[in-house]
Amino acid sequence: MRARVLVRPKAGILDPQGQAVERALPALGFGGVANVRVGRMIELDVDDPDRLPEMCERLLSNPLVEEYEIVESVGAEAPVGAEAMGAEVAQEARP
Amino acid sequence: MKFGIVRFPGSCDDVDALLAAQRVGEAVMLWHADSDLQGVDAVIVPGGFSYGDYLRAGAIARFAPMMEEVAEFARDGGLVLGICNGFQVLCEAGLLPGALLPNISLRFVCRQVRLDVMSEYSPFTRACPLGEPLSIPVKHTTGRYYAPEHGLADTQVLLRYAPGENPNGSDRDIAGVCNESGNVFGLMPHPEHAVDPLTGSSDGLAIFESIRAHVADRVVA
Repeated sequence: MRARVLVRPKAGILDPQGQAVERALPALGFGGVANVRVGRMIELDVDDPDRLPEMCERLLSNPLVEEYEIVESVGAEAPVGAEAMGAEVAQEARP
Repeated sequence: MKFGIVRFPGSCDDVDALLAAQRVGEAVMLWHADSDLQGVDAVIVPGGFSYGDYLRAGAIARFAPMMEEVAEFARDGGLVLGICNGFQVLCEAGLLPGALLPNISLRFVCRQVRLDVMSEYSPFTRACPLGEPLSIPVKHTTGRYYAPEHGLADTQVLLRYAPGENPNGSDRDIAGVCNESGNVFGLMPHPEHAVDPLTGSSDGLAIFESIRAHVADRVVA
């Protein structure tokens, strides 16, 4: 199964990357932007999605300073960027 | 006494740590994939970019076979010193409280900093001259220390950046912390780069000398 893990700084943890983006957007004319947080996304094929939380706790995130969100993209949704990676990958992700 | 320096693929301050340790005792290199501590009295996890620091600094190195030995050594009361990347590894491994985050400036910082020594009794700072700040270099991009208020006692903070010296935005100016039992210590500055006046300062030697003195006392006792 194709899954997606979103990792971002926990609330209350200072995120200088997010701040830099928040300052840059108005400079480009995009006003009304606040509370920007920059994290990372991990996509993976897993045999046993039940083990994803443990993977997140032990390696994919540092639970002390980051929170994670697991998106199990089981539906017709192809993984982001799959097209660029070749049709074969996109095919596998479909049921 | 004998120091062991853990070398990972991507370590780069391992040789400096070895040479610094050899100024006060014997020292051997320990390969990350081995699991024999070779009877060392103290372990140093050195600076660098262990396993490339892919994902997060220190996140992958902590699963090395040698780190399991180091964790057991630490549980038995053995002295473990983590420098820079070594500090990050020890935090990721749960041997030290807290985490290291990207510098608040988002920039690599490389300069000499002054450090206030907060304890004269620790096995890692007992040889530091009382009331005198240490001059030791930092060089890192991910050195902003964070620990939850309740997760760290004040007595565990052994080094703080002197007022106005904080190079990375660390919580409470913290530069180095130990675990609750006081036998595991991590710091972002590099004492192994400050052991000869030729390179600007020899203040870092006090850290290695402290460890030697502590081990010597333990042998007598």
